Amino acid sequence: MSALRESLGFLTSRLRQVGIFVALILIVLLFQVLTNGILLEPQNVSNLVVQNSYILILAIGMVMVIIAGHIDLSVGSVAGFIGAVAGVMIVQWGWPWWAAIPACLLVGALVGAWQGYWIAYVGIPAFIVTLAGMLIFRGLTLITLKNQQITPFPNELRALGGGFLPDISGGTSVLEWLTVILGVGGTAAILFQAIKERRVRTKFALENEPMAWFAVKNGFIAVLMLIITFLLASYRGTPIVLVVLAVLVILYSALMNNSIFGRHTYAIGGNLHAAELSGIKTKRVTFRLFVNMGVLAALAGLVFTARLNSAQPAGGTGFELDSIAAAFIGGAAVQGGIGTVAGAMIGGLIMGVLNNGMSILGLGTDYQQLIKGLVLLLAVGFDIFNKNRSGSGGGSSLTRRFKWKTTPPATETVPKTTAEPVGADAK
Amino acid sequence: MNVPILQMRGITKTFPGVKALQDVTLDVNRGEVHAICGENGAGKSTLMKVLSGVYAHNTFDGDILFENEPCEFSSISDSEKRGIVIIHQELALSPYLSIAENIYLGNELASNGWVDWRKTNLEAAKLLARVGLSENPVTPIQQISVGKQQLVEIAKALSKEVKLLILDEPTAALNDEDSDHLLDLILHLKGQGVTCIIISHKLNEIRKVADAVTIIRDGKSIETLRLDQGQITQERIIRGMVGRDLESLYPERSPVIGEEVLRIEDWTVQHPQDHARMVVNGASLNVRKGEVVGLAGLMGAGRTELAMSVFGRTYGRAVSGKVYKYGKEIDTSTVSGAIGHGIAYATEDRKHYGLNLIEDIKRNISMAALRKLAKGGWVDKNEETTVANRYRKSMNIKAPSVAAITGKLSGGNQQKVVLSKWMFSDPDVLILDEPTRGIDVGAKFEIYTIIGQLAAEGKAVIVISSELPELLGICDRIYTLSAGHITGEVPIAEATQETLMHFMTKEKE
Repeated sequence: MSALRESLGFLTSRLRQVGIFVALILIVLLFQVLTNGILLEPQNVSNLVVQNSYILILAIGMVMVIIAGHIDLSVGSVAGFIGAVAGVMIVQWGWPWWAAIPACLLVGALVGAWQGYWIAYVGIPAFIVTLAGMLIFRGLTLITLKNQQITPFPNELRALGGGFLPDISGGTSVLEWLTVILGVGGTAAILFQAIKERRVRTKFALENEPMAWFAVKNGFIAVLMLIITFLLASYRGTPIVLVVLAVLVILYSALMNNSIFGRHTYAIGGNLHAAELSGIKTKRVTFRLFVNMGVLAALAGLVFTARLNSAQPAGGTGFELDSIAAAFIGGAAVQGGIGTVAGAMIGGLIMGVLNNGMSILGLGTDYQQLIKGLVLLLAVGFDIFNKNRSGSGGGSSLTRRFKWKTTPPATETVPKTTAEPVGADAK
Repeated sequence: MNVPILQMRGITKTFPGVKALQDVTLDVNRGEVHAICGENGAGKSTLMKVLSGVYAHNTFDGDILFENEPCEFSSISDSEKRGIVIIHQELALSPYLSIAENIYLGNELASNGWVDWRKTNLEAAKLLARVGLSENPVTPIQQISVGKQQLVEIAKALSKEVKLLILDEPTAALNDEDSDHLLDLILHLKGQGVTCIIISHKLNEIRKVADAVTIIRDGKSIETLRLDQGQITQERIIRGMVGRDLESLYPERSPVIGEEVLRIEDWTVQHPQDHARMVVNGASLNVRKGEVVGLAGLMGAGRTELAMSVFGRTYGRAVSGKVYKYGKEIDTSTVSGAIGHGIAYATEDRKHYGLNLIEDIKRNISMAALRKLAKGGWVDKNEETTVANRYRKSMNIKAPSVAAITGKLSGGNQQKVVLSKWMFSDPDVLILDEPTRGIDVGAKFEIYTIIGQLAAEGKAVIVISSELPELLGICDRIYTLSAGHITGEVPIAEATQETLMHFMTKEKE
């Protein structure tokens, strides 16, 4: 009985993390029923991954910026601009794809450096700088494209958006074996990591999740990954962009959890003054965060352009809102200091499944936007409600606000097992 | 003559775990300037908050009679209706609004919801004339000096037809000239029949304006001295302020003092906004290996400002002066530079400047020296946990594990996390700013023990504290600061609370 109570207590203390996971599953099940099973058909699952990949790539950079207490409104325009630059380089100048991709990423880094300079060193709020950037880079997109789309792109680049890993069985098998190998191998790696992490925590006498929860959680993630592996393998295999995304998620999760850079990012967002007085070079960290965001926005722009096979004047419009929403639905805190890459991925998938499911149902963008807006509001509202509840009641509204500001409850601070980041990439 | 306007009887105010006020009595006569004296944290401001309704009438015990009528205030606006106006130490003015707008803020001269600007500015000009301020009422507040802003606060009080004006350390942020002007104004208002309560520990000011002085110590009213009975003398006030028994104990130390580690020479710092004001003025001091040096001073003396300006110029502007370590000049103009030279500064405000409250203990401890735990930019988390566990044990941090969130710890344990953080950066010089503020007695003893151990390990320690017994209990040598100047350097053998208080209230020549 006490084990059960312990587990329940643990779950309520992590209501947010558990809640978002459950929410994703419920949304998937809901649309699976509403669409009469179309949602989880192999082809649609494959589509879902490819369609959302660029938002998920942006969400990685966005959640990092948000953790540091900033925001980036310009990523949609920057992605569009890089698409245009890629169009000019590859289609008009005839550059090979392997030269154009690094060049585009470099342009993205320069764009990020430009914005990072104003934010970190001049001290203009990120909201203003990136709002200006939203206009500036949209303008540059239109100028670069002379208001016309550029098309077509060579097959090598298009593979980045819609291509699949080669089928090693030569297309004779029912299941695509390379995908099966990757999926099963990945699942095993996740379980191995989770168990290792748990052992380490026990060794250092840190609190661990209750065993029951640990088993259920990891068992569930494993089953989920295997299902997705099966679905992908029974269609055309592993989308190339999924591999790119998986590498990014693993890399950035590790970066945020284990690198000096990542830890300084959390420190800045958690308490800027304390970070400064601890000798952290806060301006440099902020600058680098925006350079990184620029590179990821460039990559997202390339993937998007590759998928459409054309660089378009309006390309990337609205991406900033989807990626910001993904980060917040995924548990990032508006005031900074809290958030995870894995959470942002789940947040992005919730948005993606909503988009996809409603499109299948034939709902127009009008209703799609309405519902997505409400979901964002509910997710963050739930967060605030949770905080107010766990912060002891009573006191005037002023003291409550003070409490809320200085001692937000500990939702996301226990280091994640690496199981979650990789678990998220399975989709 | 001596008609009482205010009588406070048996005021007792309790905060969780602390008795802030205990059976305090205060009698103020109509038309007098009544000073309230006491050390930092003695309960002066709490008493004034009780009087002005910041603490509602049902949150404390005791009676307040104002003009012979009992008062039951639930908020500041209740007390203002009766003519009691408090001006806080931190001015409550909105920087971008005009002088006139600030004067009538919350009390706008309006008809049917529309502000009558002509009347507002005219009336404001009249009030400004009364306080002797020749500024245009439409000037934005941020364009006038802090001294003048203080006068605007008083004009604002006058607009509310004030009978009892309470000034909480009104000159703490002012330069000498502005202070003089303000004191003259208080005397002028007294001539117009306004009763004044002034909280101050600047004894020369008190001697200049006060008709009576009530001394508060450790939350109790000690005595009321009256000018007409010849009782207001510096010696008497000082004795009243510090004359308490030493209740808390200090760990025994046998200091082994070595060579000089850090020397600061001719350190001068301008106020970040008010460029005419020198917050620290030509201060020189040194600290030696194994030595605990105290920095004593009253509120606004420039102790924290001195420390923070040395530690990476984190306070002030136009900082000048030299810092030497082991006789060699070092550059401490950035925080990472200062840390690199082995200096650590543990802030007085650990919640806002010391800790990341939403992070766990281990990540706070590693924050200032993460590089020590990293190889090629990647942090060794196992090593981090090991280090944190070591400090948890040696510092006796009470928490379920080092993965506990610092925001949920008690003040004493939070302070231990801050100290752990700086000890892990392996400094030669530790500057500890109010290391025991907001900490209960038992934890204080532990902090003192840690400070003693640090010195025994050969660190040079500078302790900034408002509690004189604390400095006397743990230091080997004490500097006193007053208005940015070092006014005294006292070896512990010669130091008493009285001598220190003399230096702390000494004015520059």
